[in-house]
Amino acid sequence: MEISNPKVGTPFPTIEKASTGIAGLDEITGGGLPARRATLVCGGPGCGKTVLAMEFLVRGAQQFDEPGLFVSFEEKPQSLVENFGPFGFDLDALIREKRLKISHIDLSHGEVIETGDFTLTGLLIRLEHGIKEIGAKRVVLDTMENIFSVLGNTENLRAEIARLFHWLRDKRVTALVTGERGKEELTRYGFEEYLSDCVLLLDHRITDQISKRRLRIVKYRGSPHGKDEYPFLVGETGVSVLPLTSLLLDHKVSDERVSTGIAALDDMLAGQGYFRGTTVLVSGKAGTGKSSIAAAFAAAAGARNERCLYFAFEESAAQLARNMRSLGLDLDKWAKQGLLTLQAMRPTFLGLEEHLLGMIHLIDALKPSCVVIDPITNFLSAGDQPEIKAMFMRLIDYLKSRKITLFVTALTAGSDRPDETEEKISSLVDTWIALDLEVVGHERRRQIYVVKSRGMAHSRATRELVMSDHGLSLQGLEP
Amino acid sequence: MIAEQPDHKWILRLYVAGLTPTAERALANIKTICTQHLEGQYALQVIDLLESPALAELDQIFAVPTLVRQLPSPLRKIVGDLSDIPKVMAGLDIKTGPQ
Repeated sequence: MEISNPKVGTPFPTIEKASTGIAGLDEITGGGLPARRATLVCGGPGCGKTVLAMEFLVRGAQQFDEPGLFVSFEEKPQSLVENFGPFGFDLDALIREKRLKISHIDLSHGEVIETGDFTLTGLLIRLEHGIKEIGAKRVVLDTMENIFSVLGNTENLRAEIARLFHWLRDKRVTALVTGERGKEELTRYGFEEYLSDCVLLLDHRITDQISKRRLRIVKYRGSPHGKDEYPFLVGETGVSVLPLTSLLLDHKVSDERVSTGIAALDDMLAGQGYFRGTTVLVSGKAGTGKSSIAAAFAAAAGARNERCLYFAFEESAAQLARNMRSLGLDLDKWAKQGLLTLQAMRPTFLGLEEHLLGMIHLIDALKPSCVVIDPITNFLSAGDQPEIKAMFMRLIDYLKSRKITLFVTALTAGSDRPDETEEKISSLVDTWIALDLEVVGHERRRQIYVVKSRGMAHSRATRELVMSDHGLSLQGLEP
Repeated sequence: MIAEQPDHKWILRLYVAGLTPTAERALANIKTICTQHLEGQYALQVIDLLESPALAELDQIFAVPTLVRQLPSPLRKIVGDLSDIPKVMAGLDIKTGPQ
């Protein structure tokens, strides 16, 4: 039985939208930009306006069969083609196939003097020509505002710009217009007055030498939308907005269980293991067996013929596989069958968002049913900023919306109790298992207990975790 | 519409989009200036973008009317109905000698 989560169950009303195909942007806009209307994208220099605009056209042409006209008031077509190569966008090919046209309106061509009444019909004629030539359904104007610095900010020009946007609307194209961020207004020349349907604001700031890009939907007439500032990245595959949340997706809550890979631990969790699609945390000090429990979970996924993606942040893939072999867990076997991908990474704190994005791209590519992050603590120590937690909430949301079970380990500092120190993430997890060491005589014994497990009658007992070359097992503690 | 004269010092193009009242005003204004100050040394071509839209790209035209001064160089564009005659003259860099 699947139960729909009421929090996210409200459907968006039916204003028609044009999917951008840009990762994350369609989610926060509830499906894309307003179709056959104009959207303003504004921001300071280098904020990513042009990349976002071009990607909107490229994906429109590639994924939605909507040819696009890019009207550039700044960059020359050849430099646009060259600049977008690194993103994997072959603009030349799209241009040859008549699915993309770049039209350069060179405002710097000759000195311009304004004397008396004029219209922008010259521009309209060029737009019309371009739209007709490829049957464009999407149009980008980047950055048309420059025209003010050439012709002067006159009533005449403003009236003509208003006319141009009416004209675009009559042409029934979905337009994206970029604007330079102004000091007091959203754009330098108040472009937002003409484009009131949808306004996106991009921001690029450097805090503590860390580059951060943010995207915010300032307004979206006739549509609910995400209100936050969303991390936004310009990466190898273009733009990604990092909510990747469940705003659009109706979370399904599953009653299905997945084995922990340790029979006795399944027993402690009401006999059946974790809920599928939930988040599991295993915390404990160094050497308590966190990675082993993670590996048991990964191996159990393989045994069910399910794919697991294991992010190892402290050990190399080979080292992890060797260590687990000594516990009778053959990770190589599942790796060879393509059911287990061990991804060793070292989190460099500078590129935290990039890192998270890389993980999400891999998750998207491999479509695993289980994901392990071992340990997550490396990320959390990267900053106590609330945004780190917010990012993990988004990752968890993202995985939940895809019914992917997330298993994370967390290292507890030396003197802390394993169930008191994970306040950073413990509220986000559904099942929390703590590991501890107890000295009995001359022996250190591993203890395991379930701190919490939402939605099930779990055991309250503390057991001993026994590791041998036959695998992992639990035993009742000796009195 | 070309005034046939050899060895033009002045080559001008007036871009319009249909013969609107603004376009006609611009044409009358530039003709007046040419006949008064550039007689015998200019060529004036009128290009209607409604008839030849592709030509808009040639001189990077976005507003109409636009008068392009091709020669003498450097290239200059004068946008509008050219009603401010002194400003047009200054823009074209026409020296007003003694009449």
